[in-house]
Amino acid sequence: MGAGHHHQLHLPGDSAVHRLPPQCKLLAVLAFAIVVVATPRERFWAFALYAVMLAAVAWAARVPPAHVLRRMVIEVPFVLFAFLIPVIGLGERTTVLGLSLSVPGLWAAWNILAKATLGVVASILLAATTEPRVILLGAQRLRLPGLLVQIAMFMLRYLDVIMDEMRRMKVARESRGFEARDLRHVPVIARSAGALFIRSYERGERVHLAMLSRGYTGTMPMIGDVSASAGQWAVALILPISALAVLGLSL
Amino acid sequence: MNSLEVSRLAYAYPDGTQALFGVDLTIGRGERVALLGPNGAGKTTLVMHLNGILTPGHGTVTVAGRPVRPDTLKEIRQRVGLVFQDPDDQLFMPTVRDDVAFGPANMGVTGEALERAVTGALERVGMLEAAGRPPHHLSFGQRRRVAVATVLAMEPEILVLDEPSSNLDPAARRELAEILRSLDVTVLMVTHDLPYALELCERSLILSDGVIAADGPTRELLADAELLAAHRLELPYGFAIPEAVERG
Repeated sequence: MGAGHHHQLHLPGDSAVHRLPPQCKLLAVLAFAIVVVATPRERFWAFALYAVMLAAVAWAARVPPAHVLRRMVIEVPFVLFAFLIPVIGLGERTTVLGLSLSVPGLWAAWNILAKATLGVVASILLAATTEPRVILLGAQRLRLPGLLVQIAMFMLRYLDVIMDEMRRMKVARESRGFEARDLRHVPVIARSAGALFIRSYERGERVHLAMLSRGYTGTMPMIGDVSASAGQWAVALILPISALAVLGLSL
Repeated sequence: MNSLEVSRLAYAYPDGTQALFGVDLTIGRGERVALLGPNGAGKTTLVMHLNGILTPGHGTVTVAGRPVRPDTLKEIRQRVGLVFQDPDDQLFMPTVRDDVAFGPANMGVTGEALERAVTGALERVGMLEAAGRPPHHLSFGQRRRVAVATVLAMEPEILVLDEPSSNLDPAARRELAEILRSLDVTVLMVTHDLPYALELCERSLILSDGVIAADGPTRELLADAELLAAHRLELPYGFAIPEAVERG
């Protein structure tokens, strides 16, 4: 469920990292990710230093390593893909544990794994220290396209409502003896999905009316807005700037 | 000055279906009035005209002396507080506090004044302690009370409630009635819950087939079985109009 899900991501706390305004953290994570991606893959020590930086952030935010590891499951599909590359890759080959692997493939796999892992961990730390709605507030503050921010906000609010509706439809199907066993039952499920889509669409129209009734004119008002001080920006930028320094040394 | 004046209001939907055939009604400041009518009588269509979501085909709507026109919409929407039937439609923000702040923030209220408006509105419906919670973690009755707060925060001239008692259990229904009685604001309550109308509103209107078919004291209208039957309205089984109704 949506609610359970985002509560799993967010770890309430009162650390310095938690208290930073969301727009600072968003920008810091983005800048850090760009620096990581720009780093030449041969500089192993640079990646090790990036990892140490993230560990320092996690320590400052009091996010337990187990939390980060558990959330990293999301990366599994990429990891699987990365493991495939050396096997199917072309070019010069080498033998590891009796397997013939492509050398350029190994480099590509390492490149994907290292950079994706650092990016994922940085995002997990952002999510752990910032409530979902606050992240969206930061996005709004950073002047991200308003429509996209609003869509994300409504998704956050209505995911549970729609999941509930889906559950009720499932109960209604099963109460009349329906059981999805094989492919022949797909049309029934598909029709339910269609009905759910139409219901959600109609709800969207009603929500829009409710918004109009309270003076909505196309832009979300800034509520609970937090402006960031120069000091807070400086703290947030420690991470990307030290990463940038490492990148400078590695080039 | 009257809170609401509707004069010869007629409306046909774009597909040609005529929903309202000339509605006339006046609601004085501080009155609590029930708008009764069977499903399909045009109640919701009428409500949509009160804050300019629908534009009349003919006739006028006036709120506190200001006509509802495209150039007055912003002001009208502040003065007419519409509470929709499904609180999940009304509460679209991630937290209760943000939702209550949405209306006043659109009106340009910021900072401490916004905080005061939110706190005040939540206090009036007894939901202040839920301010930081997401709406989907509240019970249905609580959500409806927050929905009322979202419009109270805009300090409306008139509160318009669409089926306020629907889906409420008896205790939530009584709690909402107590809140509505405690508010110092004009109320128009759209419903076919006749006992609730009797409990809360001195006066009732019956909307039937797109016109106001009756307008009078709720007790008298509900005592007239023929009138009710003619407009597909019925008192619940076993319900008798009490001799004296307690009023707040």
